[in-house]
Amino acid sequence: MNYEPARSRGSPDLAANAPGAQERRTGAIRIANVVKIYGSEGAGIRAVDDCTFDVPAGKITVVVGPSGCGKTTLLNAIAGFHSISSGTIYLDDTLLCGPGRPQADPGPDRIVVFQNGALFPWKTIIDNVSFGPIVQGRLTRKESIEKARFMLAESGLRNLESNYPGEISSGMRRRVEIARALMNDPKVLLLDEPYRALDSLTKSVMHEALLETFDRNQVTIFFITHDLEEAIFLGDHVVIMTTRPCRPKKILTVDIPHPRDYSILTAKRFREYLDETVEAVHEEALKAFAAGERER
Amino acid sequence: MKDLQSAFAGDVNVSLSPASLPAAKPGDGAGRQETVVFRLTRWLRSPRPYLMLVGFALFLGFWYLTVEVWKLPRFAQMPGPTDVITEWLSPDPSYGLSIYSPEYYQHIWVSWRRVSIAFLLATATGVPLGLFLGWSQRFKDYVFPVFELLRPIPPLAWVPLAIIMFQGSETPIVFLTFLASFYATTLNTMLGVESIDASFVRAAYCLGAKRPQVFRHVIVPGAMPFIFTGLQISVGVAWFSLVAGEMVSGQYGLGYLINTSYTMVQYPTMVIGMITLGLVGYLTSAAVRMLGNYLMQWRARELAIGAER
Repeated sequence: MNYEPARSRGSPDLAANAPGAQERRTGAIRIANVVKIYGSEGAGIRAVDDCTFDVPAGKITVVVGPSGCGKTTLLNAIAGFHSISSGTIYLDDTLLCGPGRPQADPGPDRIVVFQNGALFPWKTIIDNVSFGPIVQGRLTRKESIEKARFMLAESGLRNLESNYPGEISSGMRRRVEIARALMNDPKVLLLDEPYRALDSLTKSVMHEALLETFDRNQVTIFFITHDLEEAIFLGDHVVIMTTRPCRPKKILTVDIPHPRDYSILTAKRFREYLDETVEAVHEEALKAFAAGERER
Repeated sequence: MKDLQSAFAGDVNVSLSPASLPAAKPGDGAGRQETVVFRLTRWLRSPRPYLMLVGFALFLGFWYLTVEVWKLPRFAQMPGPTDVITEWLSPDPSYGLSIYSPEYYQHIWVSWRRVSIAFLLATATGVPLGLFLGWSQRFKDYVFPVFELLRPIPPLAWVPLAIIMFQGSETPIVFLTFLASFYATTLNTMLGVESIDASFVRAAYCLGAKRPQVFRHVIVPGAMPFIFTGLQISVGVAWFSLVAGEMVSGQYGLGYLINTSYTMVQYPTMVIGMITLGLVGYLTSAAVRMLGNYLMQWRARELAIGAER
């Protein structure tokens, strides 16, 4: 395989799926009436209650809500780490979990980027990035490493190959992790507050890098955060959640075209979106505070 | 600050400011040698080696003063450092054992061989057992209670049973040495598996790994730091229980040497045996540590950066 940067800006497989500017039509998630109760049925904690919303294909959907409200529970259900108590979750036309199938199987069509990062510290960057296709048996080691080099170069991460994750900055680690996910041509990227631990300057660099990656790959992104600015800057749709039990309180469509850059942060439209959401979020945060939820 | 710089370095040319680090790429012989020289000179420039020498001097001074100068009541029976060192280095030792006698090396060799066999056996059985205990809750439910019941029984309590179970004097000693090592290795390996962040396991499944692949690519390397901590403890306790075994039976070995010199009132020889044990034990433990650092480049390099920052 020969990955010539001139041939396409996306990975070859994605480029085949997305000729020109046409949108990809796979990777839609439909969440319907999902309930998740932790512990026994009677005395259990209701983390998610009758939650219904769609994550459209090829868009960035950001889920915002107070800490501990159950947004991660939802993500874990989509990823297949947790079961759900009732309801259904579909990925395109495939039932991920629902009646008779409480827990989805984790797989490379839905890849999670974790809050604290989960690059394997014992593998070099290139071995981390090339890991997926090798263990799936989709590519040989040599092909996978070649593709990984291409992915890293595309994200501007040259010269890191033989470093270990512990040797590079946390911002770099997040970008490598996203490259590792995109190696597998996933339908959906699930990001669980990936930039939470970063300082605000690094964060803004990360946002632009993520949007650039998104513009290139048009992969569906499900992004969890509790940072409103982040949500509106990144999201095509922003789903504001109620405090526990978690369900959508308000769904906002952010009508700012891609590619976006940081100049829109000061745009009037951006402030209007922020004003529109800030009240709803604040209300839930107050409720959560009153209920004794704390920052983890 | 470094985080930010490299984040902004972004697309241009990602550099980690390697100038400040003696970067040792795997397989890069020159780089590694440079690191060793660099570390050695840095160590010699720091106060640490000199403090170490002062520590040894204080210890020897205390021994010399209490035994040979002040002749304190309980200490007067002990051999002083002068006696021990002259005996140890003498070509013609008065009790027949010094660095010039082949017998001395025979004792060291026999003990070393027993510890090696026991340690290798303990590693070969303890690491896999620990990995499975940490990996499979069901397996742990079966095995761990028995393990926890046997573990507090000290190696010395096993002596009679070991003599009944195994023929000759060699096998019981190796068995006793093995026991303590085995417990330390197994337990640490198990804790190592349990210490692995669940995100790594989840990430591997997300990327399409199957259970055996998760075991190989996540569980084994993830438990490695704990395994090597366990191995260092294990090699230490191996020497510990070796001596217990050798004092009971056997015809050679440092434990045997110490015990016979005691019964034959050859006190300087006894202390030579003790010091030799300390030295050999330290060397084996250092060898295990070095092997660990070699196998866990990622960790050594992480820690090196931590020290630099």
